[in-house]
Amino acid sequence: MKKVKVIKIDVDKCNGCRACETVCSAFHSVPKYSSTNPERSRIRVLFDPLRDIYVPVIAGEYTEAECNGRDIYTIDGKVYDECSFCRASCPSRKLFKDPDSDLPLKCDMCEEEPPLPEPLCVQWCLSDALTYEEREEEGEEEEEKLGEMEIGLESLVKKHGAKKVKDTLARLVKG
Amino acid sequence: MRYAETGVNLEIDLSRGSIEKEGTDPKLTELHLGGLGTNAKILWDRVPPEVEPFSPDNLLIFSAGLLAGTPAPGANRTIVSTFSPQTLLMAYSMMGGFWAPELKYAGYDKVIIRGKSLNLVYLWINNDKVEIRDASHLQGKGSQETAELIRQELKEPKAQVAAIGLAGENRVYMASIEQGKSSASRLGIGAVMGDKKLKAIAVRGTKDVNIAKPEELFELCREVLEYVKVRENNPIKGVPPILAGLGSPQEMAIYDEEWHTTNFAWGNSRTRRKDFWNKEVEEKWRATQENARTRLISCYNCPMECGAIISVPGISTYMMKCYSKLTYTMAAMSDLDFGFKIAQRATDYGVDAFSTPQVMAFALELYEAGILTDKDLPGMPSDSEGRFYWLLDRIVRREGIGDILANGTHWAAQKIGKGAEEYAHNNIKKHEQLPLKLGMLNPIYFLMYSTGEKINITQIEGQFPQAPFATREEREDFVKDWFQVPDEKFKQYFLDWEPRGENSNPYYPGIQASCEIVDWQEKMHHIDDSTGICAGMSSFPLKPPYHMHNLPKIISAATGIDIDEDGLSKIAKRNRTLIRAINTRRGLRRIDEKPPEDHWKKRFPELEAKLLDEYYKFKGWNSQGVPTKESLQELGLDDVSEDLEQRGVYKSEEKPKPKPKAKSAPKSEKTQLKPRTKKDSKKEKSQGNKE
Repeated sequence: MKKVKVIKIDVDKCNGCRACETVCSAFHSVPKYSSTNPERSRIRVLFDPLRDIYVPVIAGEYTEAECNGRDIYTIDGKVYDECSFCRASCPSRKLFKDPDSDLPLKCDMCEEEPPLPEPLCVQWCLSDALTYEEREEEGEEEEEKLGEMEIGLESLVKKHGAKKVKDTLARLVKG
Repeated sequence: MRYAETGVNLEIDLSRGSIEKEGTDPKLTELHLGGLGTNAKILWDRVPPEVEPFSPDNLLIFSAGLLAGTPAPGANRTIVSTFSPQTLLMAYSMMGGFWAPELKYAGYDKVIIRGKSLNLVYLWINNDKVEIRDASHLQGKGSQETAELIRQELKEPKAQVAAIGLAGENRVYMASIEQGKSSASRLGIGAVMGDKKLKAIAVRGTKDVNIAKPEELFELCREVLEYVKVRENNPIKGVPPILAGLGSPQEMAIYDEEWHTTNFAWGNSRTRRKDFWNKEVEEKWRATQENARTRLISCYNCPMECGAIISVPGISTYMMKCYSKLTYTMAAMSDLDFGFKIAQRATDYGVDAFSTPQVMAFALELYEAGILTDKDLPGMPSDSEGRFYWLLDRIVRREGIGDILANGTHWAAQKIGKGAEEYAHNNIKKHEQLPLKLGMLNPIYFLMYSTGEKINITQIEGQFPQAPFATREEREDFVKDWFQVPDEKFKQYFLDWEPRGENSNPYYPGIQASCEIVDWQEKMHHIDDSTGICAGMSSFPLKPPYHMHNLPKIISAATGIDIDEDGLSKIAKRNRTLIRAINTRRGLRRIDEKPPEDHWKKRFPELEAKLLDEYYKFKGWNSQGVPTKESLQELGLDDVSEDLEQRGVYKSEEKPKPKPKAKSAPKSEKTQLKPRTKKDSKKEKSQGNKE
């Protein structure tokens, strides 16, 4: 059995306050809580008030290439922009990239020791647009997740090739 | 490194077209915090009393609150400060929303605007890059459309835009600055923005706001949110639903409007309709509100849902907050459905939803009284709703009678003459007040109305219940978990306050207790206005999550400045006193400090004089309401006392107040003050009771 952690998103309950963004960026700052900056958050509320569009999106896997085709959803007569529901950090948009380094950001469910009862975005969402669920599912436990540094380096390796990254790193360390 | 604040202000001179980034002195944060406090310091230092509101030398300051952009829930306020064309005094108006945190993330605490542009422009602040851009294509556009067009042309959907509509462009004294569902509305600051030919300020930021003691602040913020949940489940008993919860208040969520509709006056602040609210109205209004409202919405990092997206068939979708749903409805003696409809147009024009409906109701009363005639109002429709639209369109364009009404009821009455002054009856310091007409004088409210520097009761009241509870049991129940009091004595004042008998209004609470209660309530607002924490989470509702005991810790943890309760009280007093100094330097005196004459039926001139005497002493002001040299020196404001001395401000003590400078008044001002006669006020009453 493996444990599956889910943040459930109810867009009907979202009031667009962006507390999730605030607390996410605070939690992931170094040292913890030492700064806030929604641009570094791994959850973003995409909203367009006059069209009543409020969509919290949680950063997913980094992808090195844009999609071939992009989807446009129409729900209840509301047309959502392409990419509205996509969680990927990808080359076609600025979302889920660190504003300084441009490295991809990914939600890690606020994992730390001792574990938090719920990810912080869920805790700070008093309107219950975000709720947390853990459940057991058939299958193997996932292998250890990549840390923040690994995700960043992996994307650099994919972009520039392992040798260039290695050389640059060696040069920087020397310097 | 600077914490909570960025330490940088933007200095924009629209006459020269210059943009400068100025580092700020951290010492000023220790003395004044930020927001309103440092705005007041800048206005004191840089805008002498001779400078008129529509002068290029007047400053218009947009400031983020000190804590805006930190994790502190509800810390999102923008404090806009300048001098008011209506009152000729310092004006500060605040707005929630998303603008202030975005400014902090762009790397600035304030945008200080001086000068005047030749052509209409807007400001684009994108992190380090700041531009003054042409806005001629936005001329005449509504506030909402302006924001949309700017985001489109900048290709930056995340830019936060604060904009004026047509009213601001035409320097209407009720012009607001609009930003999404939020607005800085009161005292005509939108007119000053229009005078500077500044259509909008768009801002986008992607930088960090740093925290001095991260874990500590986080824990304090977590406690605030936990207490919000406690209050959510424990509405205050014994008060109307609208006052029972937190928020600014949550007018968009709550349907029960019995309290507002039966306690507040309709029309030109005249008619109480004590039997207005019934099952039928309740059901109808509930249906109206549910149909109009598509979603409840919040400001940045705040769990309250004080705003809503409003979609009424036939009009553009817009955003609304707070009490504006009722101000037009009640002034026009109309229906909630009308309120939701006209507010859309008014928001797009960018006008204050407190003053504007009153100005229109005032005009219609003058018409009924024959002071304004068909000649003044050519082509005005015959129904109340139609007339409101007609007047609104003319006011924001300054067309015909609209040009006179655009200056608010006080100046309009002066210009119209023929006894019109009697109809501008709901003002304090020339500024339209909430439409409340009550019976017995309340000593606490007497002081708040008279002396509040914001000249708006909701910006000074809050911590202490508005009226005594009926029974001792209810009062005991209320004080049981009232830990927000700064001192236990406040519980006793409330316990002993009774609706009738010896311990009731106007002589109870006593003078000393009234001074203390007012001082506490005002202090909390001054702290909020500097930190940028919304009053709806703090100084405005009963039993709020922010209070005198946790605020010093929160400010300390965020900024790293060591502040305790006494220290914070002193800063709040310094800021409050400085604003008083600014206004007394402009001529404000005791004679101006009074509620509307008809606010209460039962008045007590001797008691009122004593209340004011003692309150002035309590505040460290002389008998004219001017801060004394001693109290200024105690607050480290020696330079302020010297300036007041040099300008002869102290000389006026005990003498009648010098007339306000006619120079700053509207061009056409001709004083036609007529003495009040009994006959007039009788006429006024019979007018008022007509529906």
